[in-house]
Amino acid sequence: MTVVAWIPMLPLLGFLVLIATPLFSDRPLPPKLVAAIGVGSVGLAAILTAFLAATQFAGNPAAELNLSLWQWFSVDGLQLDFGFHLDWLTLVMLSVVTGVGFLIHLYSTGYMRDDAGYQRYFAYLNLFVCAMLLLVLADNLVLLYLGWEGVGLCSYLLIGFWYRDPANGAAARKAFVVTRIGDTAMVIGLFLLFTEFATLDIGELISALSTVQANDPRVTLAALLLLGGAVGKSAQLPLQTWLPDAMAGPTPVSALIHAATMVTAGVYLIARMHPLFALSDMAMSAVAIVGALTLLLAGCSALVQSDIKRVLAYSTISQIGYMFLALGVGAWSGAIFHLMTHAFFKALLFLAAGSVILGLHHEQDIFRMGGLRRKIPFTFFCFLIGCACLAALPFTSGFYSKDRILLSAWDFYHGFNGIWLAGVLGALVTGFYSFRLLFLVFFGREGEASSHCRDANNTAMVLPLGMLAVLALLGGLLAPPLQSVFGAAGAGHPPLWVEAIAVAAPLAGIAMAWWACLYNDPARGEQSALGRFWYSGWGFDRLYDTLLVKPFTTLARLNRNDVIDRLYSGTAAASRQLHGLVSVSQNGQVRWYIATLAVGTVLFLALLVVL
Amino acid sequence: MGTISFYLTATVAILSTAMVIFNRNAVHALLYLVVSLLAVAVIFYQYGAPFAAALEVIVYAGAIMVLMVFVIMILNQGAAAVEQESRWLQPRSWTGPAILSAVLLVQLVVLLGSDGAITAGTPGTIGPREVGIALFSQYVLAVELASMLLLAGLVGAFHLARQRHADSGEVEGAD
Amino acid sequence: MPIESIPALHTGLSLAAVLFCLGLAGLLVRRNIIFMLMCVEICTNAAALAFVVAGAHWSDADGQVMFVFVITLAAAEVAIALALVLQFYRRRYTVDIDQLNALRG
Repeated sequence: MTVVAWIPMLPLLGFLVLIATPLFSDRPLPPKLVAAIGVGSVGLAAILTAFLAATQFAGNPAAELNLSLWQWFSVDGLQLDFGFHLDWLTLVMLSVVTGVGFLIHLYSTGYMRDDAGYQRYFAYLNLFVCAMLLLVLADNLVLLYLGWEGVGLCSYLLIGFWYRDPANGAAARKAFVVTRIGDTAMVIGLFLLFTEFATLDIGELISALSTVQANDPRVTLAALLLLGGAVGKSAQLPLQTWLPDAMAGPTPVSALIHAATMVTAGVYLIARMHPLFALSDMAMSAVAIVGALTLLLAGCSALVQSDIKRVLAYSTISQIGYMFLALGVGAWSGAIFHLMTHAFFKALLFLAAGSVILGLHHEQDIFRMGGLRRKIPFTFFCFLIGCACLAALPFTSGFYSKDRILLSAWDFYHGFNGIWLAGVLGALVTGFYSFRLLFLVFFGREGEASSHCRDANNTAMVLPLGMLAVLALLGGLLAPPLQSVFGAAGAGHPPLWVEAIAVAAPLAGIAMAWWACLYNDPARGEQSALGRFWYSGWGFDRLYDTLLVKPFTTLARLNRNDVIDRLYSGTAAASRQLHGLVSVSQNGQVRWYIATLAVGTVLFLALLVVL
Repeated sequence: MGTISFYLTATVAILSTAMVIFNRNAVHALLYLVVSLLAVAVIFYQYGAPFAAALEVIVYAGAIMVLMVFVIMILNQGAAAVEQESRWLQPRSWTGPAILSAVLLVQLVVLLGSDGAITAGTPGTIGPREVGIALFSQYVLAVELASMLLLAGLVGAFHLARQRHADSGEVEGAD
Repeated sequence: MPIESIPALHTGLSLAAVLFCLGLAGLLVRRNIIFMLMCVEICTNAAALAFVVAGAHWSDADGQVMFVFVITLAAAEVAIALALVLQFYRRRYTVDIDQLNALRG
């Protein structure tokens, strides 16, 4: 049982050791030791997770584990334990976080080898893993929220990791503030749930929900507020603007936090609270529509980006849109399945992109790359596998998960519907942008940056890439048995042409990518107006800037000299003036004092004489 | 006879006092002050206060003035000081104080001369006996306080007048 | 020697007023601390004169009692003041009161 407690404990210990040693010693720890602590703690956590899966969960789809460590706090009517709850959903998340997390940590030892902030980097990364594990293990919503804010903090710290560049700091701030909007909605949702059900324990909440009527407006409101939190964390419409900028952090961070784990926390939250959402048609539609819109918008933006990491960032937003779409049509296990496969192939893509960036001496512009497949073949193969999975080519992991989502969308609305159409269009766009990226970077003629390309991979980087490539290819066979959590899904039988379209859409996208990028020579700088609009992320940044940031800064500028404060500083200034006036009389001249005394006496006596 | 001698003494007191404030040589001014104090002692006597007159001569004109003479000698300013006094005592620096004092004097005299300011009394001589009885019966507490004041003055003067070496902080005996 | 007549109260008080105003004028005019101290003595002496004169007018010993206190006060004051003058002169080599203005506001 206590094995569970050690899983988040180990990264926490790693974090504490790494962050505390500079306090006691002037010399930094040797990099090898830092790597051993940073990677080892997460690796051990991964081994413990595997051990747990093998001993408790293997072959037992209904396995559950509850562990209450201690009473966290007890305030009038609200008693919360620091407790963990494990079922198959948790286990999937645990495996992704520790497994992919371990691989990315390992990759980081190679990628960040020459960085001055090596120790700080691994400390933050370990803290992140700890917070993420708390988030998925929590058996109540408050503990989940603790992890939720913890990962937000680590995301902030790691986006701004290279803090000497003010742009990185701005990106980190933006990520923090935008997600905070969602977090606030989520907290209000938690308050609402507590006033309605007098508990925040997830298990008790779910059993309490069975007595609630469907479409109860309060339940709908609570679900929508939780959706607000999920939307912020998972970078969905309308709070998606922070994720592309979050690419300012180191690439393995983008792989771990902004692709594989943290940004999917919203998906996990909704899946965890699925009985709540299932009770409200409106909340379900909202989830589905948010997912579908985000999927298309982000996909289109990914089509025209020129920075390799921004393409992947928009692609992440788009893929999480898929997961939301799946949640919105009740395909809970489909969403989690896609979450898992996405973690594999998106981490693979980011890490491969990291190798490219490192090999090109921190060049990120894809129009300056090209023809790299012969120079760095291993990276190329990894990237190829990642793109194939992303585009959901048949028999890759992405294919299985995405196919399930599209079929569920068709089934949920009993036939042709807009959500399904959006999913299919999204698949087409996904095929287009993923292979556009592949073609521009690895095929075609060589760009300016390609000539001095070197193979930056070392053992610490090759190993994770290879393992992730295998996982991405074969992950489709690992469909977790989530029926015990979500209930058995009714297997629908859509017409054959529906399945055919789902398979054909990405292929069509790839063909378009070939036509656009290889058949025609792509040139940048001549984007159409629509292209520029998409490039800027549908103008959301400018919209928010005009609607929110500008008025706020204008107000702040108007009030720079603090109108209210003027009153108080005015009082102070007036008394200082008066003091100056009076202190003139205190000139230190004894004879002056005598004279004033005499004059005073004369005046006083004059009063007596006159009266 | 008594009235004439009183006005004579008063004239001496006023003139010598005026000499004190006009004089530029400190020792001369001090001697004029002694004259003024002696004149006031005579006036005390004429007002039937022989004990006060004796004290005035012994303590004021004697002890206190001797103390000032000592200090003037220690400072040892000489002719340069007289010259400096001449520079400081320009005629125009007199206007303000003179007007102020004159106004004050006029006011005081007017107030003293106003009706009902002074009730009728029974003038008479008061010897040391009565003063001593009053001091040590009715005012014995005030006498004790006065002795404390003198002691404080003694200690304070000793402490303040000690010569200190600026650099070492060592303390020498008093001058 | 018997005193046949004691001068009028009004006259004595006027004399005290004159002496006091002379002392005040000197105090205002002089810059030399020594002279200022002398002028202070004139002023206190004038006040003491007023006490004695008033005591004589009503045949009361209190006037002379107050004179004793005034003279005590003057003795203590002169002792302290002269010590200060010495100390000041040692530090600044001057007796100019206008130099003593470190306590200005």
